[in-house]
Amino acid sequence: MKELKIQKTEGRIIIKNGRVIDPANKRDEVTDIVLNDGKIESIGKAGDPDPKAQVIDATGLIITPGLFDMHVHFREPGREDEETIETGSRAAAAGGFTGVACMPNTTPVVENQGIVQLVKSRQTAYCGIYPVGAVTKGLECQELAEMGDMFHAGAVAVSDDGKPVTNSNLMRRALDYCRMFDIPVISHCEDTFLSADGAMNEGALATRLGLRGIPNAAESSMAYRDAQLAALTGGRLHIAHVSCAETVDVVRQAKRRGIKITAETCPHYFTLTEEAVKGYNEMTRVNPPLRGKADVQAILEGLKDGTIDCIVTDHAPHSHEEKEVEFDQAPTGMIGLETSLGLCWTNLVETGVLTPSQLVEKMSLNPRGILKIGNNKLEIGKPADLTIFDPKAKWTVEPEEFFSKSRNTPFKGFNLTGKTVMTVLEGNIIRS
Amino acid sequence: MKWTKKDLLDLESLNREEISMVLDTARSFREILDRPVKKVPILRGKTVVNMFFEPSTRTSASFDMAAKRLMADTVNISPKTSAVQKGETLLDTARNLEAMKIDLVVIRHMSSGAPHFLASRIKSGVINAGDGQHAHPTQGLLDMFTMREKRGQLEGLNVLIVGDVTHSRVARSNIHGLIKMGARVSVCGPSTLIPMGIQDLGVKVYYDLDKAMAEADVVNVLRLQLERQKKGLLPSLREYSQLFCVTEDRLKKAKPGITVMHPGPMNRGVEIEPAVADGASSVILDQVTNGVAVRMAVLYLLSGGEGSLSEAIKKEA
Repeated sequence: MKELKIQKTEGRIIIKNGRVIDPANKRDEVTDIVLNDGKIESIGKAGDPDPKAQVIDATGLIITPGLFDMHVHFREPGREDEETIETGSRAAAAGGFTGVACMPNTTPVVENQGIVQLVKSRQTAYCGIYPVGAVTKGLECQELAEMGDMFHAGAVAVSDDGKPVTNSNLMRRALDYCRMFDIPVISHCEDTFLSADGAMNEGALATRLGLRGIPNAAESSMAYRDAQLAALTGGRLHIAHVSCAETVDVVRQAKRRGIKITAETCPHYFTLTEEAVKGYNEMTRVNPPLRGKADVQAILEGLKDGTIDCIVTDHAPHSHEEKEVEFDQAPTGMIGLETSLGLCWTNLVETGVLTPSQLVEKMSLNPRGILKIGNNKLEIGKPADLTIFDPKAKWTVEPEEFFSKSRNTPFKGFNLTGKTVMTVLEGNIIRS
Repeated sequence: MKWTKKDLLDLESLNREEISMVLDTARSFREILDRPVKKVPILRGKTVVNMFFEPSTRTSASFDMAAKRLMADTVNISPKTSAVQKGETLLDTARNLEAMKIDLVVIRHMSSGAPHFLASRIKSGVINAGDGQHAHPTQGLLDMFTMREKRGQLEGLNVLIVGDVTHSRVARSNIHGLIKMGARVSVCGPSTLIPMGIQDLGVKVYYDLDKAMAEADVVNVLRLQLERQKKGLLPSLREYSQLFCVTEDRLKKAKPGITVMHPGPMNRGVEIEPAVADGASSVILDQVTNGVAVRMAVLYLLSGGEGSLSEAIKKEA
C-alpha cells in the first residue's frame, strides 16, 4: 500500500511566503503562518527568524483552510475491496482534503448510532471523517431511520444518497424532524420512473448510441418537489450532485424565495459533457449522467453566481472487475478525490469562472458551514488545518499513482494545472 | 479496394465504399445459394463462434449457415449453456474462447455497445449481430442488398421505416446505411416510440402513416414488442394497429410497385396485415435468403478475404 508521510509537529514551524487565502477572514495576501505545537501562533510576516524553527518555503504556493468534501463513498463497512476509510482518507489527504463526509449507503447502511460510531472509530490521522446517516432504514424509503440518535453519535447530515426518497411524505417528515437538530437533509434527486433503465443523458447522442436516456426532468422535478417541502417545513435541504440547467434554476429560485436550500456539484459535471460517453467508455457512467453543453454552461453560471454553494467529488470507488463490463451493466460513479483540485483549478480558476478565493469558499468554507464543522477559517490558537497547493504545477492524471484503492476515473491522461503539495491536519503535516 | 477493418460493429463507422464492397461481395455469394451443393471451401480451417445472449432464430441460424457454407467450423454459445450462467463475465467468456484460437466472434447482446466493448479487448474479429437498441449492421446490409436487388439502386430511393423506432437497432442501422448510400429515409410511428433527436441522423419524422406512405418506394415495417403497452408507451395494441398497421388498404393508396419489408419476427395483424406480409409487394422471405449471402460476405471479408473471390467460389466442396 502506498504511504503518506505524517510529520508530528512539535515546536515552531514557519510556513513562509505563501499566498494565504482565507475567505471567512477576507484574507488573500502573501505572508507567513507560524505554527507552534500544531496550533496557529500567528499569521503575518514572521519577523526575526527563530533559529530553532523549521521553515517551509511556500513561495508560489497557496495556503487555505483545509479543503472539505461533503460527499464521498468510502465503502466501509461492506465493500472494503473497493475502498476503506483508511485508503479513502489517504486519497483525500493526497488530494488536499482535511475532512470528508461519508455517505451512508454501505453494507450495512449507516442507519443507527452504532454504525455511525463504527465509521467514526475507523478515523485515521490522514483526514477527518464525518458520517452521514440514512434518512430511511435500509435506504428502503419505508420508515425513518433514527436520525436524532445518529446526530448525537456524530452524524453531520442525513441522506439516502444513491437513491432518492421517493415517498414525498417521508421526505417532508425527514425535513421537519431534522429541524430539531439543525442538520441538512441531503437529497439525491431522481424520479426513478423517469430515469428507469437509463444509462446516459437523454438526447440525440443516446439515440445514436442506442442507450436509454435519462432526462434532466428526472432530477429537476424532484429538486422542485424537495424545495417545496423545505418551504413547507422550514427544514434545511441540500441538493446533491446537481448535473443540469433546470436544477440550477430550481435552486436559484428557491434561494430567492428564502427557502433554506444549498446545493453542490462535482468536477465531472463542469468538465465533461455526454460526448465523453462515445465509444461506450464505462468510466463515464455516473448517476446523474453527464449532460449536454448547455447544462455545463448553467453549472458554471450557478457556481459563479453562488447558486451552487460547494464542489464535492461524489468519490465512488468501484473495482476494476465490476466496472469493466458492458456500459449499461457497469455500476455508476467515478473516483474524484485526487483529481478534484486540479480539475477545479484548471477549469474554474484558470478560465476565470471563479476567483481563487471563491474556489476556496466552495471547497472549504461553505461545505463546512453547511455541515457546521469548525476549522473553516484560520484562527490564532486553533489547531492548524490547512491545504497547501501549487497553482502552477502541471501534471498528468495517472490513476496508477492514486492512493485510492480503486482506479475508476475517466480523467486518465488529462493534463491539469494545480496540485496539492501538503495538507496539515490537527497541526500534523501530511505529504507524499 | 481492400477490406481493412478488424470488426463489423455498426454501419455508422463504415464508409460508402465499404458498404458497397460488402453488397458487391454478397452478390457473388448469393449465387452459391442456388447451387445444388451450397458449399465453398473459402473459410476452411477457420473457427467462428456465435455468442447469442438473446433469443434469436433467423439471425443465429443465418450466421451459422453462412459460416458452414464457407466451410468454417462453428461453435454456438447461448447464455443458458455458457458459464455466464455461473457468473462469468462476457469478457472472461470471450477471452477463454479466444485462448482456443478462434478467428471470429459473432455476438448478439442485450447491452448497446457490448460488441464494441469486446472488440477493443480481444484480438479476434467481432461481428455485431445486434446490440441492445443500438445497431444490427448485417440486418441493415441485407435490407440494403434486398432493396438494391428489387429496386435497382439505393441512390434516391425513398425508404420509410414504420413502428417502434426507439427500441429498434434495425432502424438505426438502416438509417445510417441508407443515408450513406444516397437514399432518403423517413420514420413513422407513435411519438412515444420515436426517439429524441432522431432528426439529427438525417431522417424525416411522420406520425401519420398514410401521409408517410404516399412518398415511399420501400416500406420497412418494424416489429412491435407487445409489452410496450404495459410499459405505458401505448394505450392499446388495437389503437396501434388502427394507426400504424401496414394494411392492404394503405398499400393501395401508396405508390404502385411499393416494396414491403420486415426484419421479422412479425406480429401479424398488429404491425402488418397477413395479406400484406404474404402479398406480391412483400420481399420478406427474400430478405431471409439474402441474409445468408450478406453474412457470408461479411465473414469472408473479416477473415482476410485472401485471393480472387471469383476463383474461390468456383471451387465446390
